[in-house]
Amino acid sequence: MPDRDRPLKIVLIDASPVRAAIMEQGLRDAGHTTIMRIADHVNLLARIYAIDPDVILIDLENPSRDVLEQMFQVSRAVRRPVGMFVDQSDSASIEAAIDAGVSAYVVDGLKRERVQPILETTISRFRAFAKLRAELEQAKSQLEERKTVDRAKGILMRAKKIDEDEAYALLRKVAMNEKKKIVEIAQSVITAAELLA
Amino acid sequence: MSLDPVKIGFIPLVDAAIPIIAADVGFAAEEGIALELVREVSWANIRDRLTLGHFDGAHLLAPIAIATTLGLGTVKVPLAAPLALGLNGNAVTVSPPLFEDIRRHMAPGARMADPSATGAAFKAVVEERRRNGDEPPTLGMTFPFSTHNYQLRLWLAAAGVEPDEDVRLAVVPPPFMVDALENAHVEGFCVGAPWNSVAVEYKLGRILHFGVDLVRRCPEKVLAVRAHWLERNPELAARLVRACVRAADWLDEPNNREEAARRLAAPNRLDVHAPIIQRALDGRLATGDGDEVRVSASYILFGADGATRPDQRHARWLHAQMVRWRQASDDPAGADLAAASYRSDVYDAALGRAAPPEADDPLGVFTG
Repeated sequence: MPDRDRPLKIVLIDASPVRAAIMEQGLRDAGHTTIMRIADHVNLLARIYAIDPDVILIDLENPSRDVLEQMFQVSRAVRRPVGMFVDQSDSASIEAAIDAGVSAYVVDGLKRERVQPILETTISRFRAFAKLRAELEQAKSQLEERKTVDRAKGILMRAKKIDEDEAYALLRKVAMNEKKKIVEIAQSVITAAELLA
Repeated sequence: MSLDPVKIGFIPLVDAAIPIIAADVGFAAEEGIALELVREVSWANIRDRLTLGHFDGAHLLAPIAIATTLGLGTVKVPLAAPLALGLNGNAVTVSPPLFEDIRRHMAPGARMADPSATGAAFKAVVEERRRNGDEPPTLGMTFPFSTHNYQLRLWLAAAGVEPDEDVRLAVVPPPFMVDALENAHVEGFCVGAPWNSVAVEYKLGRILHFGVDLVRRCPEKVLAVRAHWLERNPELAARLVRACVRAADWLDEPNNREEAARRLAAPNRLDVHAPIIQRALDGRLATGDGDEVRVSASYILFGADGATRPDQRHARWLHAQMVRWRQASDDPAGADLAAASYRSDVYDAALGRAAPPEADDPLGVFTG
């Protein structure tokens, strides 16, 4: 995510010139100047990669939304906050969606003064979700680390006929001596055991 | 008697025929359901609106229903498929120049309908371009979690073409597919009906393969509902399944095809010329290669051959494709969850039928 000092680079995907003009004016009113509009759907993904925007705003009635889904699939791509808006008042039903996850849905996009809130919601939702995902990843890797340490302890216990606490103390001592993480030493133990097996 | 309202989202494709006919010919009303259909523009929209509860059910790509249940690429919401919306219906279409390139590289005597032969020829085209320093071909498909993606990858990988390195696969929404071919954003695609025939009609593409050349019984769309909704509305769901099965049987009757095509062609449904829709219903498709018309009785299946019964082995196969192409981790629990979302039990109970004996090979995947 960009810091506050650098202007946000915003891509606006909308086939309707009128709606796009209103959106763009709303963004400019809110002080954003780096706005790129994509009106047609040709080679959309490549163009987004080339622009490398901070935020993408797309009209919910635009089939190209599915193209953005592919962006979330390919590893080389970094996720970007995507905000979606509709300009009809099917609003009540879509409002619930704002709390639903990655994407923000915002209604009444046709009002200039509503554009900045769309942008803010999009970014804050994205941050919240990114944080959640990072925490999940961290929990996952901690679990993996614990499994590795447990396996190494088991190997040491069998090889040296020591108990679990002693095995752990041994791993920790070697880690401290070698200025490495316990999980790294544990991995070496496992690798060595596999080589010697 | 007042009817129970059920709202279903659909994408304008021929394989949305079952809910469309159930609503428009009256099978839903006969089951006491006021079936409201809402046309949507993108799979991501339809998925989100289903999971958020704007829709009770959706005409959904079977892999999206599974991915959503597993929380892949979206917020995790358990979905259930009490009904498959038929099987098959896709085709691989390429631009006329690419078609000729492939033909030029065919082994002597090899048939264009043989995916091993066309795959080998396509590989030769890819290698020729690489030698000449030209761009690799870009092929269009409809969604990362789609049978179109998996069918293309199946064809490519069987020929030794690495889908993520040797070519580019790009998501193109179905209504933009023909456009993308015209402006050379893609040189070919795999998509459902009627878009292959539309490309042929405008002389922008030629049909290289029917989907059935690659997978004989390929899962395609399902009627997806939230698992929670199914739990709370078991009786309504059973009526919905019955209405859809009757619609599928009606679609199988050859005498109804003209009416079916006309109804699907309506502006608030597919909004595509009826005769083009009827080609898919009849399984008689002009390929664009001269005057050739290819015929297949299983080009698209609605009620016949148990095509509406959700087969859990189909769900497992789709999950295996996600694992193969690194969209999902290789986790047996994931495969079990995917299978469990295919509710053949609900289907059988709704129709008051015992589970039928299962065929040995539920898919008939071409293996190269």
